[in-house]
Amino acid sequence: MSYSTINRLTPYIFLAPAVVVMAIALLYPLIYMVFGSFRAWDPSQTIGEAEFAGFANYIALWHDPNFHESLIVTLKFAFSVVSLEMLIGVGLALLLDRSLRGMSVLRTLFILPMMIAPVVVGLIWRYMYHPSIGIFNQTLESIGLGSIDWLGKHALMSVIIADIWQWTPFIFILALAALQSLPRSALEAARIDGASGWQQIIYIKLPLMMPVLIVTCLLRLIDAFKVLEVILVMTEGGPGLSTEILALRISRTATEFRELGVAAAMANYLLILLLMLTVVMLAYNKLQEIKEARIKALIKEEGI
Amino acid sequence: MHTGSHGKNRQQPAFYALLVALVLMSVGPIVLMLANSFKLDVDIISGTSGLLFLPTIQNYETALCDILPYELDHLDYCALKFGGAFINSLIIALVSTVLTLIIGCMAAYALVRFRFMGRDTVSGTTLMVRMVPPAVLLVPVFGLWNNEFCIDKTTWLGEIIRDTFGGRGDVCLAGTHSGIILVYIAMNLPFVIWILQSFIVQVPRQLEEAARMDGAGSFQVFFKIVLPLIKPGLAAAAIFTFRIAWNEYLLASALSDRNTKTVPILIVNNMSEFNIEWGVIMATGMLLAIPPIIFTLFASRQIITGMTAGAVKG
Repeated sequence: MSYSTINRLTPYIFLAPAVVVMAIALLYPLIYMVFGSFRAWDPSQTIGEAEFAGFANYIALWHDPNFHESLIVTLKFAFSVVSLEMLIGVGLALLLDRSLRGMSVLRTLFILPMMIAPVVVGLIWRYMYHPSIGIFNQTLESIGLGSIDWLGKHALMSVIIADIWQWTPFIFILALAALQSLPRSALEAARIDGASGWQQIIYIKLPLMMPVLIVTCLLRLIDAFKVLEVILVMTEGGPGLSTEILALRISRTATEFRELGVAAAMANYLLILLLMLTVVMLAYNKLQEIKEARIKALIKEEGI
Repeated sequence: MHTGSHGKNRQQPAFYALLVALVLMSVGPIVLMLANSFKLDVDIISGTSGLLFLPTIQNYETALCDILPYELDHLDYCALKFGGAFINSLIIALVSTVLTLIIGCMAAYALVRFRFMGRDTVSGTTLMVRMVPPAVLLVPVFGLWNNEFCIDKTTWLGEIIRDTFGGRGDVCLAGTHSGIILVYIAMNLPFVIWILQSFIVQVPRQLEEAARMDGAGSFQVFFKIVLPLIKPGLAAAAIFTFRIAWNEYLLASALSDRNTKTVPILIVNNMSEFNIEWGVIMATGMLLAIPPIIFTLFASRQIITGMTAGAVKG
């Protein structure tokens, strides 16, 4: 090979490993799964050996009350988690938005819960929720209130609380970053015009933060559908099906019930749901870009 | 809340009280686990809560019994093989991090310098991959790694492997370290490429051209000029990749066999047993949590940059 051919091939050589790995371990499996969802597929079979079943898996799921239950639990979990986290996270960001010397230390401490393994988070909370040795019930009992059946009767709520603990900092940090990059002039003008603290928040800060907040909210929503390990360790989906979110049900269908076809169909349902969310987010981003470009063009036209 | 200096002065104590409460809430549970990992099960169950107890490292010794060089008095038989799992976890996390960085770096460089695809394509891919839950990936990976990505014992490669390593002959990706590593690399690549791109864009082109004038080839330019300049980006990408590979449970549990179990798998297995040994399991949890905690303490800025990169445009 001559020197120039090597040079011409360089970009391809540089890209090749990444393309190959992602094609083998990401793209191919996903295509494989879509194929598999139309088959009665057993883990011991290759996909070629599995019998073609048409839409049977999808239809069976559509009529499966357990799947409905799991879907409802997932939606309940995702939406309550995200709305509560947004509320608390943004609220805290508004409260703590001032120049503070130790802010970087605080941020470091706040992201700790997100960094440690979900399995460990589940472990910590399972201990704290423990009916007799857990810290919550011990405290409640020592001050004379009765104990609460955290992971029994109120399992979904307990799981939601744990997720709020882990992920509110994410929204807090993003909201704070958005807040601190707001144009000072707008806030200054509002203050001079005599806007009260609440008025500033409602009419100036929140609308200006909105683009970041919406993207944050969607990102968090996508992630909320992926939560699995924390719940697996805390409740294993129980009691009954009360905390069996879709991701957990997929993995159980695949590994315990050994029905890969059904699991694949379920995974496709979940993917379609997530795809819709992602498309909404991308569309929103694009829209925002167009809006910005238009404003910039306007400013240029007026010759400012 | 924001009215005048008078109001502010009155609010100050409340403000700091809120801060302290928040810090306690976010760090408290972790500290609680740390404290409990130094307690004997008797102390945990009897509920002598608080920090007044005689710390012991017995839990850590029990957890790591299979790799400790000395015999333990309190243990007749080493049932938990956490030590081996730690070594597995380390191998898998380190190898996948290094490989992801190398592959990702090369791809990011090609994308930026040779103008293949725009940043939009890469960030779109990143987002799409972020969208795919591990549980969704589990189904096909489980099937593929067990059935299709195998080397049959009748082929020459299979024979070589059987003769050198022993075993049943046909080798599948499932149950090997490399099977798990492959998935982790694929999962992390888009994000790594995406974040490295933003760093490579900032490397001045003239610098590379100057090196090329001096007779350096593309590879030399890349390794000697570009790589040293994007170290911060590499650090951020490395932390993220390592964290995901180190913490991941689901795919590892589907793809590992008896000898390639990682720590999260053992923790989950031990949690589902009827009689949970809280002290030991918290010690293991702590050992699993320590590397990410150390990264956070030393590189929180890079982590926050990486974390927020999806929402705030970069």
